[in-house]
Amino acid sequence: MNLAKRRVAKLKLSLIILFFILIIWSASKQTGVSLVELFSNLSNMGALLVQMFPPDWSYFNYVTSAMLETIRMAVLGTTFGGIAAIPFALFASRNIVKTGWIAVPFRFVMNLIRTIPELLLAALFVPIFGIGFVSGIFALAVFSFGVIAKLAYESIEAIDNGPLEAMTAVGANKVQWIFLGVIPQVVAPYMSYFLYCFEINVRAATILGYVGAGGIGLYLSRTLGFLQYDRVMSIILYTFVVVLIIDGLSNRIREKLI
Amino acid sequence: MMNATMKKPLMKRLRNWTIALIVLIIYAWAFTGFFKNFELKPTALQAAKAIFAGMSHPDWGYVSQPGGEDLLHALLETFNIAVLGTFISAIVCVPFAFWAARNMNRYRMISSAGKIFLSAIRVFPELIMALLFIKAVGLGAFAGVLALGFHSIGMLGKLFGESIEDMDFSAAEALRACGANKFQTLWFAIVPQVMPQFFSYTLYRFEISVRSAAILGMVGAGGIGAPLIFALNAHRWDRVGVILLGIIVMVSIIDLISGVIRKRLV
Repeated sequence: MNLAKRRVAKLKLSLIILFFILIIWSASKQTGVSLVELFSNLSNMGALLVQMFPPDWSYFNYVTSAMLETIRMAVLGTTFGGIAAIPFALFASRNIVKTGWIAVPFRFVMNLIRTIPELLLAALFVPIFGIGFVSGIFALAVFSFGVIAKLAYESIEAIDNGPLEAMTAVGANKVQWIFLGVIPQVVAPYMSYFLYCFEINVRAATILGYVGAGGIGLYLSRTLGFLQYDRVMSIILYTFVVVLIIDGLSNRIREKLI
Repeated sequence: MMNATMKKPLMKRLRNWTIALIVLIIYAWAFTGFFKNFELKPTALQAAKAIFAGMSHPDWGYVSQPGGEDLLHALLETFNIAVLGTFISAIVCVPFAFWAARNMNRYRMISSAGKIFLSAIRVFPELIMALLFIKAVGLGAFAGVLALGFHSIGMLGKLFGESIEDMDFSAAEALRACGANKFQTLWFAIVPQVMPQFFSYTLYRFEISVRSAAILGMVGAGGIGAPLIFALNAHRWDRVGVILLGIIVMVSIIDLISGVIRKRLV
């Protein structure tokens, strides 16, 4: 009996491995992976990397305003998305809205939005709002909305029911119930998700300009187009420093929150 | 006594006010910039209408075409890029994970350097990475695979490193006490412990990689991004609509399957 079970488990494992190898094999066949090509042309890439050094230090000054615009995009995008996420998160939580089916469409919209990459959203918004940071803000807002709403409704569903029951028992109405029973319990996780999303958005905002949605990405695509690789490198370094600082700050705040 | 009890709330209040002030200043700065430069193109509404009209009538003919230049092929290529990119990074990131794990290095400096290195990789934009690899191997999916494979090392290395840090060493110690050699301890005590988490993280990264692979084509690194950017530039909204739909369906299915597997793993 035991032996048979083990044999089945073994067969299952080898089938999974075989399936996995098959996928990898067919994928590498179709994408034209060739290590020979990679290693024989690695010098091209090396030449490009050499051109990136030394970075054009004076360029830092020039792109500072674009960098600030990038951060501004991230701040506003996260804020708009985060605010819009609050009602959605409440409606998507089964312990807030007791009627079962109401949560379904709200969750569906959230899941739908989270499947679309930010850069793609930006590319869609540019024809509507025009080239510039407004498109970027809306793209980031839509994306943040999806992320924050999902994380928030999950933490709303995990809250302690005790205070809520107590409030119902003493006759609180629905609005009091939400503002005094639910929200105080989820403020800290919500702020944490907000900051987490802000970190993601800062990173994303740096490339949104590539499709014309404002920020430092515009300079990235411009310098790449003009083959000024030393300037590309200084933009990358600048981004790295800014992202590192923002991540560090946000991580410290988040640690305090939880 | 009185003073001591008074002092703390005052300090706390002061701190809270400072935080509130800083947040207020940040928002004042952000919003003034926003309203100063905010302008809608007069054609915005028209464009939005055109986009909406196109998207509500997707170009179904593009789904499958005899020549092979169609949605399904592009989506398959995107999927392949994500699979291979994730596969490469899942293997390559292992040594980096050990480098960045605090309990695997004697000196804190070494692991900190590893962590900084990994975050440097994470910050390096995928699109630039793709452009670099296009220089090396030419336009096409292979460049996308390499870019994703390289970029994902940053995230997977960090996550793997953290799970190594959280590892329970009692099993390894017990094995060593029984006289197991280094390879045996690694194989029987450490690998079984971290494997489920490694797979779970790899799948998670795969979900992200599918989304990334969908945009890498915008710079010419294969996948669905290239036809998308062509359709966007040509204002063929019906085609944009069908491509978007394709991406949404593919990503949703992959997320669903991967989510089920991950739940069973951990």
